[in-house]
Amino acid sequence: MRKILGLLAVALLAAVSFSACSEKPLLINGAGATFPYPLYSKWFHEYHKLHPKLRFNYQSIGSGGGIKQIAERTVDFGASDAPISDAQLAKLDWKLLHIPAVLGTVVLSYNLPEVGDDLKLTGPVVADIFLGKLKKWNDPRLAALNPEKKLPEKSILVAHRSDGSGTTYVFTDYLSKVSPEWKQKVGREKAVNWPAGLGGKGNEGVTGLVKQTHGSIGYIELGYAVPNKLPTALIQNRAGQFIKPTIASTTAAAEGVAGNMPKDYRVSITDAPGAQSYPISAFTYLLIYQTQENAAKGKALVQFLRWATKEGQKLAPILHYAPLPDSLTAKIEATISTIKVAK
Amino acid sequence: MRADFIFEKTTKVFAFLSVAIVSLMGFLLLMESWPSIQQSGFLFLIKKVWDPVIHDYGALPFVYGTLVSSGLALIMAIPLSLGVAIFLSELAPYYLRRPIAFLVELLAAIPSVIYGLWGLFYLVPLLREKVEPFFIDRFGFLPFFEGPPYGIGMLPAAILLAIMIIPIISSISRDVMQAVPQHQREAALALGATRWETTRVAVLRYGKSGIFGAIFLGLGRALGETMAVTMVIGNRPDISLSLFAPSHTMASVIANEFAEASSDLYLSALAEIGLVLFLVTFLVNMIARLLVMKTAKPFAAV
Repeated sequence: MRKILGLLAVALLAAVSFSACSEKPLLINGAGATFPYPLYSKWFHEYHKLHPKLRFNYQSIGSGGGIKQIAERTVDFGASDAPISDAQLAKLDWKLLHIPAVLGTVVLSYNLPEVGDDLKLTGPVVADIFLGKLKKWNDPRLAALNPEKKLPEKSILVAHRSDGSGTTYVFTDYLSKVSPEWKQKVGREKAVNWPAGLGGKGNEGVTGLVKQTHGSIGYIELGYAVPNKLPTALIQNRAGQFIKPTIASTTAAAEGVAGNMPKDYRVSITDAPGAQSYPISAFTYLLIYQTQENAAKGKALVQFLRWATKEGQKLAPILHYAPLPDSLTAKIEATISTIKVAK
Repeated sequence: MRADFIFEKTTKVFAFLSVAIVSLMGFLLLMESWPSIQQSGFLFLIKKVWDPVIHDYGALPFVYGTLVSSGLALIMAIPLSLGVAIFLSELAPYYLRRPIAFLVELLAAIPSVIYGLWGLFYLVPLLREKVEPFFIDRFGFLPFFEGPPYGIGMLPAAILLAIMIIPIISSISRDVMQAVPQHQREAALALGATRWETTRVAVLRYGKSGIFGAIFLGLGRALGETMAVTMVIGNRPDISLSLFAPSHTMASVIANEFAEASSDLYLSALAEIGLVLFLVTFLVNMIARLLVMKTAKPFAAV
């Protein structure tokens, strides 16, 4: 018995030392947002094919966890849907960069088969629906926006996220901008005290609620509405146009604010100016140390960021993320050049 | 001798280790929730608002949702599981006992997310289209059946929990009933008791505290169940008497909001919910153990 154990131990040791001798892949660890995770894993996979010696290990534990881990310097990069607050940034005594990765679109999906696609809504109407004040689908305000549609006399069932999420942050950020009552009563946060409706866990939970319940309306990511063939509402933007949520209209919203973009990109692009801008969308960010202490990792990371803001953007639309506008990528490239890598 | 010594010491270490882990868990929860305890004290338990935007946290709707959903589940599960247990231990022919017991216990092996999916795709539409409109039409004047038929809410959560705890209650209480000495039954039969009377007087009364123990173990499971409940309960921190209204539980709110909670007070409030849940389940399980211990001494119970 003992002999067998001894042999096993020797074999194990040999195996371990052997694999250690063969080439060591460089492992870059990241953690954070769940929303861009499908795209990031696609990126890491494609990038690994180009650079076989480099491996990414990304844990989609949520933006909150990502911010925490990067603040404690336990990962090489973080990811967050909402920008880090000033208060949280002030606590760090080193510089952290926000690099916009792609754009996400939040759509309003509804279940009214008799009405069909392209229901028209305005920001204040959406706010009143989610405040529980606008209760019926045939409300005169909805009818006035959609004169060509026959709206049923049915109660509106509101579906929202029950879990904390960047999607909720973007949506409540938008409602706070267009409705003073929402701003005062509810506010914007990743989870809020909802005045009305049912909560579903995750985009899939809200999608399920909307899909199942006749007369419901809920907010989800574009990437859930399209494959589930849920109708999406056109939202009136600041220029007065009713805009369909698409990848192009989301990129247009980022284009709309690109002119007065702050240097750290921490900006809300909801209710953006521009005739073609869809009003409910946001950046999702990669969080990067400005000073990279590990030379090998730092160099690889800078290279990857360059690739992601250029070639990587082409992979975004397949997965229903909107690519960054060209006017912005040049700026971001300049920001990436400010990353200092230790020698 | 030496082997015995090592054996004893190792198992002792393991035993104390598990005690240490539980106490450490309680201690850590207390530490994590300290900022929130300082902020709102006992008010935390009786406040009805949960608003992460203005950092106002109250646990009452979650405590209410947890206790009521588990209580309703018990009301549904107790008669069913005791029926199963009595049938299996007293009435069923021998060739049926094993397969049925096996199938019932198999229910306990199904992952809770599967129950949740079944609830969401089958139970909820059924309740929304058939069951709830029926009750609202006929008994809508009662506060228990008020409101629109969402399908999602307290009722499907309680039904799922009931199905999930049936195998626990039924298999433990069957073991308790089988532990009742045969001469108890023979004595009752000799006095001319019917089968039902024998079961009632000789078996159920004899094993009473053990059966209570089984029920409390089921309750413990129901209190802590997260996934299946989250999927069907509607996740709304409201206190409503209506079975059809959405509700929320302590376990669900933690699962829902912990990942994205970024401010310290928010995290601490969630930890305090965890602490409350920990204490409640701890108490329930302790009562259960005490009751089961009482039946383990066979003659003390009569």
